[in-house]
Amino acid sequence: MSSTVLSPSAKASPSSPEGERKTFLNADYGWKSWLFTVDHKRIAVLYLISIMVFFLIGGTFALLMRAELLTAKGDLFEAETYNKLFTMHGVVMIFFFLVPSIPAVLGNFLVPIMVGTKDLAFPKINLLSWYIYIVGGAATLFVAITGGIDTGWTFYAPYSSTYANTNVAGTAVAVFITGFSSILTGLNFIVTIHKMRAPGMTWFRMPLFLWAQYATSLIMVLGTPVLAITIVLLGLERVFHIGIFDPALGGDPVLFQHLFWFYSHPAVYIMILPGMGVISEIIACFSKKRMFGYHFIAFSSLAIAIFGFVVWGHHMFVSGQSAYASFVFSFLTMLVAIPSAVKVFNWTATLYKGQVSLETPMLYALGFIGLFTIGGLTGVFLAVMGLDRHVHDTYFVVAHFHYVMVGGMVMAFMGGMHFWWSKMFGRKYPEWIAQFSSVVVFVGFNFTFFPQFLLGYMGMPRRYHQYNAEFEVLNVLSSAGASILGTGFLMTICYFIWSLKWGQVAERNPWGAKGLEWERAPSPPPTFNFEDGERIVVTEDAYAYTHEEPHGGSLQEARK
Amino acid sequence: MWKDLPLHPEQASTLAQPVDLLYLFLVAVSAFFALLISVLIVVFTAKYRKDRPNATSAHIEGSTLLEIVWTGIPLGLTMIMFGWGAVLFFQQARPPANALEFTVTGKQWMWKAQHPTGQREINDLHIPIGVPCRLTMTSEDVIHSYFIPAFRTKQDVVPGRYSQMWFEANKLGTYDLFCAEYCGTKHSQMIGKVTVLSQKDYEVWLAGGGSSETPAQAGERLFSALRCITCHNNTAGARGPDLAGKFGTEALLTSGAKVMIDAEYVRESILNPAAKTVNGFQVGLMPTYQGQVKEDDILALIAYLKTFGAAKAAASPATGNAAK
Repeated sequence: MSSTVLSPSAKASPSSPEGERKTFLNADYGWKSWLFTVDHKRIAVLYLISIMVFFLIGGTFALLMRAELLTAKGDLFEAETYNKLFTMHGVVMIFFFLVPSIPAVLGNFLVPIMVGTKDLAFPKINLLSWYIYIVGGAATLFVAITGGIDTGWTFYAPYSSTYANTNVAGTAVAVFITGFSSILTGLNFIVTIHKMRAPGMTWFRMPLFLWAQYATSLIMVLGTPVLAITIVLLGLERVFHIGIFDPALGGDPVLFQHLFWFYSHPAVYIMILPGMGVISEIIACFSKKRMFGYHFIAFSSLAIAIFGFVVWGHHMFVSGQSAYASFVFSFLTMLVAIPSAVKVFNWTATLYKGQVSLETPMLYALGFIGLFTIGGLTGVFLAVMGLDRHVHDTYFVVAHFHYVMVGGMVMAFMGGMHFWWSKMFGRKYPEWIAQFSSVVVFVGFNFTFFPQFLLGYMGMPRRYHQYNAEFEVLNVLSSAGASILGTGFLMTICYFIWSLKWGQVAERNPWGAKGLEWERAPSPPPTFNFEDGERIVVTEDAYAYTHEEPHGGSLQEARK
Repeated sequence: MWKDLPLHPEQASTLAQPVDLLYLFLVAVSAFFALLISVLIVVFTAKYRKDRPNATSAHIEGSTLLEIVWTGIPLGLTMIMFGWGAVLFFQQARPPANALEFTVTGKQWMWKAQHPTGQREINDLHIPIGVPCRLTMTSEDVIHSYFIPAFRTKQDVVPGRYSQMWFEANKLGTYDLFCAEYCGTKHSQMIGKVTVLSQKDYEVWLAGGGSSETPAQAGERLFSALRCITCHNNTAGARGPDLAGKFGTEALLTSGAKVMIDAEYVRESILNPAAKTVNGFQVGLMPTYQGQVKEDDILALIAYLKTFGAAKAAASPATGNAAK
């Protein structure tokens, strides 16, 4: 492999004094230049701002819930208000933060640059997806302001279809609309990755971030329509009393659960696979080393995407589903755990004989590995049928999915934002404060969610407004942790905003990272990503931090 | 402080200890891997830190052998967990044949229970120690879930169908009963207590619980009161099939298919008689009883049909295996 084509030093001469260099940020001014932009990077910024708004709203709901749960009695809010809080927290965080977070922000920004092209395959559809997201989000906020919804984010029928007195129909419309924004993003990524890779960017030279985005996009395109159908059916029953799920109308409530989880289980992988892609990029860069087992990591993403579609029944072991169906679902769930384990081992092995440094993105990535390991392993607890009968619908489940969703995806999002911040905005965040904040987030996270495992095994059911006195100690710990976690996130948001104006100007490749976005694109990139007339030709593998030694003893070395 | 932090609920049923054992196995395996990964990360990060003298990165593509090892070992372990959990689950799902038969009806936001001898209670359940108890459960409105942490078991209670759970308490005491499936505003108040009594105390409790009729007796009364008996009788030219001794047997339908006469079928036939009509009888003749009978009534009718003509058809398994 030669690297003659890549000569970053030629153009990476300190860019700070240039001043006048055109970037995607200063290419044009005024609100129209943003709201009518078709530049994938500007759309990524629009998404970033919007999902952060929803993150703050969803986080506020969470803190209010934790305030209520500080005491065993339901003394801060009415039961109905509490039920609305956890429902809105779930709906906002899942559909408006977690699902779009990494794909719509980092994916939108990076996919075209990483494949070495000017934009996504369908720039206008990309903008459309943001508008759809905003319409869905506005509808959700409208529901929240005008009374909320209290069904839980899972919308189980017949409670949602017949009994709830809150705005189920409005929320259903909002979620239905938002689904299309995911489908369009997924479609755009699939086509871009298939058709627009630069010469030399073969499939197995792609950064693992792209593999993860690709696998995620498959789930988005294949799974989201099922959610849309389910929600339409729910709406038909609620509004027109057509019997589909409510047994009083001749329907079957367990059918709703099958349809709902057929999307929502794969959706869990929409919410974690992109994070895994980010972690691969960070680990390689801060170990200055080729990713260990590149092919295994790439294919494990696809394996997760495929297996993820056939395990939905593990949410239903005690629902009345046939025990034999549960048996099969339990078995298949064990299989989906394996590719995740493979990734964890490969990431860890990548550190071996590298040059490891602990800048903020790496702190988040290492935190991710630990927390995701716990989140993944506790998922196995829930997939073991005999055990699930006890821990199902308890705080054990709540703790498990927050370890995956927050400990996993949010940590990865934070890591990714720190990693690519200077690329996106051309300024550096303050490193020391960021390292400190990441520790605050890590500590706060564990204080918040670890006690919930214990609560769950003790038998505290989820979605309880008031609870038995013996659960109080652990709940106080959890609420205290939530305040630390919230502080960590707020600090992060503050210094990011601060850095936009006062941060140190970033050079092209501050981390010494490999990859087209670092070596070939300036920080921030111009509208068409690369400098005028620059032809992107890829001649080496991803993560070419080292070069194969002449005697090729690499495999032996790994075994030691 | 640690006394206030027990790590598992009391073990009060025969299922509790096996579940806790499986849990401990998983905790041990998880702790091992979580520690392994953490230690490796710390060691590698320290040993291969960037600012060590003469730092370089080795070029390592990967190792197929290692990939096989770390695919194989987790796969083997998860298969053990899967098998162990499945065996336990089927144990939890299959009540012994000699179990006492309770019925439970959930509604927003209370638990109604009825004893085999007819006594009723709300948000409480008194059971004898050392006797398997089987609960046949349904809901009058939304989905609920009957959860007794001390027994390590729960089962969703679904409107429109019967679900089953069973347990055998092995420790005297009073234990929490929770609704585990979100069911609306007062979900967290849909709670109660399960009290495990000695055999003697249970009988005393039953005696004090008011001398109501047994479910089967109630069913017999309803069978007349609702005029079921007008058509379902053993006379020539009766408009409905005779039901004596039929529960737990198979019936041939007009469609040519066969159906097991179990609780679900009886319930369906009361609420939607035209769905599966027995061969030889006119489809649509029987009117629906939807809205005229409560879930409790249907359960009583089922209890009656289980005993009705049981002497006549001693061979047929009266308890049936409607559950599973």
